[in-house]
Amino acid sequence: MVYPLIDVFIYSFEEGYNSASQTSFGTGLYNYSYVLHDPYFLQALKNTLILVAITVPVSTVLSLLISLGLNKITKLKELFQTVYFLPYVTNTLAVGLVFMILFKKTAYTDGMINLLITAFGGKSVDFIEGPYWAKMMVLCIYTIWIVMPFKVLVLTSSLASVNPIYYSAARVDGTSNTRIFFRITLPMISPMIFYLVITGFIGAFKAYSDAVALFGTNLNVAEMNTIVGYVYDMLYGDSGGYPSYASAAAIILFSIVLTITVINLLVRNKSKR
Amino acid sequence: MNTGHEYEEIEKQAKVKDILGKTVTYFLLSLWGVIVLFPFYWMVLTSVKSYSSYNAEAIPKFYATNPTFQNYIDAFTTVSLGKYLLNTAVFTIVTTLIMLIVTVFSAYAFARLSFKGKNIVFVLFLALMMIPNELVIITNFVTITNLDLRNSFPGLILPSVASVFYIYLLKENFEAVPDNLYYAAKVDGTSDLKYLFKVMIPIARPTIVTIVILKVIECWNSYVWPRLITDDANYFLVSNGIQEIRENGFGRDNIPAMMAAVVAISLPLIVLFLVFRKTVMTGVSRGGTKG
Repeated sequence: MVYPLIDVFIYSFEEGYNSASQTSFGTGLYNYSYVLHDPYFLQALKNTLILVAITVPVSTVLSLLISLGLNKITKLKELFQTVYFLPYVTNTLAVGLVFMILFKKTAYTDGMINLLITAFGGKSVDFIEGPYWAKMMVLCIYTIWIVMPFKVLVLTSSLASVNPIYYSAARVDGTSNTRIFFRITLPMISPMIFYLVITGFIGAFKAYSDAVALFGTNLNVAEMNTIVGYVYDMLYGDSGGYPSYASAAAIILFSIVLTITVINLLVRNKSKR
Repeated sequence: MNTGHEYEEIEKQAKVKDILGKTVTYFLLSLWGVIVLFPFYWMVLTSVKSYSSYNAEAIPKFYATNPTFQNYIDAFTTVSLGKYLLNTAVFTIVTTLIMLIVTVFSAYAFARLSFKGKNIVFVLFLALMMIPNELVIITNFVTITNLDLRNSFPGLILPSVASVFYIYLLKENFEAVPDNLYYAAKVDGTSDLKYLFKVMIPIARPTIVTIVILKVIECWNSYVWPRLITDDANYFLVSNGIQEIRENGFGRDNIPAMMAAVVAISLPLIVLFLVFRKTVMTGVSRGGTKG
């Protein structure tokens, strides 16, 4: 049952494993040291960390604001909810192409977003093949666009399930709106927010297909690879055929995610007391 | 008198504040709605612009002067989009069917039948959920490669037919059915299998529908596994297909035709969602993960 896990552990310690002849010359930590010294891996690690640090807080706060707004209105609420949910049912790879042409500069046109930027007096940038920060920004925007539907859906239903008696009581006491939000709403839905933060962290650490959608399959050249992308590239593709390196990288990713989740749980338990 | 007047004043102020708040809320919500919808609008719009008019527009127009369906014809004739769509449809239907059979029977076994070591097996099953997908994929990749199943439908389908989470979801549902029903059925001489089909499945229907919807979305959009396991374009699913089209499809700059392909790929799921809107949204909030 836990065979895959053990198997990957074994792969990750086998040095020079060759998938064709199924031989290896010994065991050790070499694979880990190789991966940790590989500039591509370090680049992927950096990209993933930036992506996590930006998208998780931004998407959580944004979805909270949107859900609060949705909960305040009655007319058109269903229409808004339906529209907001659309990105969930789309194919990440396909819609990524739309984002690419919106942000891309070609010989014919600067692209929609750049025209907007210049219209507001900014300077146009090639977001797809240009500087690092521009590429990172598109990736973050696209990732947020993709993850919002789930968060909005979950938060809206959890906001709606807060017992209205609390609000009535607070209003009778003349509590201000900000105070109601921080003293009633937030504590009541904090388990859900916490759940979203954890799944958000895990999801963002595993980002991969959004990057492929925007920058193509050769992510190492685009400097936009993620850890998961590195694992798959090592497994298969132009630079593939190294299941040992892939396993080592996957185990490193797993330990990072596990550590962050444990830290999250500890923080949560502490704030509970 | 005076207090009554003051009260009116306060009420009026509150009303103005309320309307103002509502307007701001609606405005901001609409703004996000536009951000969400704009890519979809752009993709449909671009797909009906002709190649020459698209490239002639240095500043893209927000409407198409001469809408054309030529791009859709191109998308289905010059690249094998039709094949990709067919492959994906076959993959989605077969995977979902097999998954459903596996899930229903294992959930039934865990919920109703008692066999030795049932609890241990189930705990081990749940432990499986903790293992991240990326680790499992590496083993699966090596296994499938060694079995020589690359570039074949069994290789594509097999790893995704069992889902611990869905089995767990359905088992909970099955267990909520009172035992008395089972005993009554037994007294009447109903077989276990008949009981499953006549009683359990109809009762658990909402959960089963949820599972099917989530699985269909997952299959239609799956990218990583199909990419690892297929390099023969005859077995590409839409995600790989669109990547292939982008990299060596219609000449690099035929963006309208590319967008036509994107529309063709996105449409089935969007239609499915709009038809089963309520079910999909409840289903995802119960058991979805993405993001």
